[in-house]
Amino acid sequence: MKTNLFISAAACALLAMPTMAATPMEGEKLAAEQVYTYRLLDDIKSFDPQINTDVEGSEIMRDLFEGLMNEDATGGLVPGAAESYTVSDDKLTYTFNLRDAKWSNGDPVTANDFVYAWRRLVDPATASEYAWYMELMGVKNASKVVKGEVAPDQLGVRAVDDKTFEVTIDTALPYFAAMTVHGSTFPVNQKVVETHGSEWTKPGNLVGNGAYVLTEYRSGERVVRERNPMYWDDANTIIEKTVGLIVNDENIALTRYLAGEMDQTDIPAGQYPRLKAELPDDTYSYPRSCSYIYWFNQGEKGNPALKDARVRKALSYTIDREVVVDRILQGGQYQSYNFTHQKTAGFELPEIDYASWTQAERDAKAKELLAEAGYGPDNPLSVKISYNTDEAHKKIAIAVSQFWKQKLGVNTELANSEWKVHTTNMQNGDYEIARYAWCGDYNEASTYLDLMTSYSGHNVSGWSDPEYDKLMKDSKTMADPNPNYAAGEQLLADNMVFAPIYQYTGIIMLKPEVKGFPIDNLMQNWYSRELYIVEK
Amino acid sequence: MLNYIIKRLAIAVPTILVLIVFSFLLMHAAPGGPFTSERAVPPEILANLEAKYGLDQPLYMQIWTYIKNVVFHFDFGPSFTYKDRTVNEIIAQGFPITLTYGSVAFVFAVIVGVSLGVAAAIYHNSWLDYLAVGISIGAQVLPNFVMAPILVLIFTLWLGWLPGGGWENGEVKFLIMPVIALSTSFMASIARIMRSSMLEVMNANHIRTARAKGLPTRQIIFRHALKPAMLPVVSYLGPAFVSMITGSVVIDMFFSTGGIGLFFVNAALNRDYSVMMGITILIGVLTILFNLVVDIIYAWIDPKIRY
Repeated sequence: MKTNLFISAAACALLAMPTMAATPMEGEKLAAEQVYTYRLLDDIKSFDPQINTDVEGSEIMRDLFEGLMNEDATGGLVPGAAESYTVSDDKLTYTFNLRDAKWSNGDPVTANDFVYAWRRLVDPATASEYAWYMELMGVKNASKVVKGEVAPDQLGVRAVDDKTFEVTIDTALPYFAAMTVHGSTFPVNQKVVETHGSEWTKPGNLVGNGAYVLTEYRSGERVVRERNPMYWDDANTIIEKTVGLIVNDENIALTRYLAGEMDQTDIPAGQYPRLKAELPDDTYSYPRSCSYIYWFNQGEKGNPALKDARVRKALSYTIDREVVVDRILQGGQYQSYNFTHQKTAGFELPEIDYASWTQAERDAKAKELLAEAGYGPDNPLSVKISYNTDEAHKKIAIAVSQFWKQKLGVNTELANSEWKVHTTNMQNGDYEIARYAWCGDYNEASTYLDLMTSYSGHNVSGWSDPEYDKLMKDSKTMADPNPNYAAGEQLLADNMVFAPIYQYTGIIMLKPEVKGFPIDNLMQNWYSRELYIVEK
Repeated sequence: MLNYIIKRLAIAVPTILVLIVFSFLLMHAAPGGPFTSERAVPPEILANLEAKYGLDQPLYMQIWTYIKNVVFHFDFGPSFTYKDRTVNEIIAQGFPITLTYGSVAFVFAVIVGVSLGVAAAIYHNSWLDYLAVGISIGAQVLPNFVMAPILVLIFTLWLGWLPGGGWENGEVKFLIMPVIALSTSFMASIARIMRSSMLEVMNANHIRTARAKGLPTRQIIFRHALKPAMLPVVSYLGPAFVSMITGSVVIDMFFSTGGIGLFFVNAALNRDYSVMMGITILIGVLTILFNLVVDIIYAWIDPKIRY
């Protein structure tokens, strides 16, 4: 899917690309009842596209609203509310041609709705936690609007006419169009938002341009959305109703799945092998765009020993990823020696030296490096691993501390704390080694690699390198940024800024009757309108 | 009596104020804030958020504004986590649910617990006593977070009799498992307290007199023994009732009932200051209220107590 994902050539339209819809295969007989029921881990924090911050909210957002672009089953870019788009020669102006579509109340969807929503995202009065997303997209003046330096109407967006939405960005971004798949860029109906104020997202008030409308929301219990007859592609939608059941406990959710109350649920840690053996047709493990690492704090408040790259390398080399993945996690996760999830679209996994070594070779090299750095039986190294309270994080931390103790004689202290405390400590640089995971915002390697630049707010390692910054900056304008990504990953490995441990898989139970779930989409951006249920 | 009640209610006001101030300070002392997240929010965005929610004010101003809004407008503010909703809405929606399953569980626990305790005391050292003690100890040691999944496993998966969760406005079949899971340990405690208190009362002088008069056993128990034996149970019931109706995180978590128990715990974890405060105040008020109710019931049961 590398080609055509990001069309950078000027004036190249997407007209020929297929849109998505549920398409049953020949011979498949649809079930009489088209209701899809799935598990939600937690209550929904917001139904407002510009306010929502979490994954589960985004799933609902994609049903209730439709952005400029959508993703297909493999993560490829397909037209959404925009039928096509063109890019100016300097790659700084995107013109989206909107299709004839209606809001669920019958109003036409216009370019002004996008202008309103995009300004709303960065408007300080909205105080969106995701305002940074528009800064990340590089939309002209986004940062200034967020800072309150200029008014929201100075944002680089404009409605050329009712059906033409134009965006001006500061620097060329090859994956700009792909970023419009994100929920925070979805349009909202100005009239509805202004009429109902803070009540506009209540069922009955909420008006969307997506394939479904919110019909019922019982806090802590369930969220129901039903087919929107006003949706432009309603004729090709099959699922009538999607029900999200809020079940906080994953084991209860699994029991309820097995009792037939749900069509989809997550698999509790450690249960994948058993369920795979018992119900092979229901269990799925597929790549998921998140990367699990141990930060090494090289800042002022860290352990001084960790400022030495040899020590960091020795510690990273001795972590036996095979044990972590196959013995602890047991869900088909990927052993990791780099940062970017290896299944990221268009990303070519660089050749990191120690990835190809055997574990024995890594251990031998580690001992050598640690001795060179001056640590050994007479002067043992002591470090502290911090993680947020969670069974799997704990198991991994214990395993890692054992690798270090047995192979290197390193003494490790384990410290767990509640999530908010852990996060605060990391962001304040108050840690030595800390567990962390980053999940991609969009399906392109820069969503990972930009994190490690000196100007990223998320790089808590204390490490920075002008060469790395330059690689990332230059990559933005390259036709094929892969060489820079590879070089960046190489720099990270050479310096062992953090120890990569594993890359995620999504492990779920899904009823075999449910078809069209995009398990091949790394971002798991699923849309109810793509699903359908066949007869058992 | 009326004077006493008025006095108690008057003391409640400063108590609640102290509760508000202390909870507020403790909450803000915890590391992290409502907008601390995996992706560090850039400073300019954090500033906008803090301005919107008034977190940019000095702490004493925040407390003052909060108390003012609560007292004069009965406004507990917007939730920091569930951004489409206010605390008033969350409590108005969740509390009736918690109140329903909590009250039913309470009544169930009292009836079964008291009956078990009385039966065990009357048939002291008989098989019935052992059975009652066995049941209550069993129920006590089986925490509800163990019991809830077992109930779902048996009644939903194996037998297929009951839905595994949900609320549906309190329809009976959705109520059964939450009530059992919530009431069991309370029931066990009530049974044990009732049993020992009943045993003590049955050996008291006035019971011996009643027996000597030749009153039938049933009359002795219901007219003379039960009321005094209830005293320790009643003092347990006040706080027990409050803790049952203010929600159990376990029940909400396992049975998706939508009560305020889960909101309370999540609010603490998410640093959702306003929800945390709202539910804390609710629990505080109810605790004070039901302690008063217990004291009034005391006076009614025990003629020796006068206020």
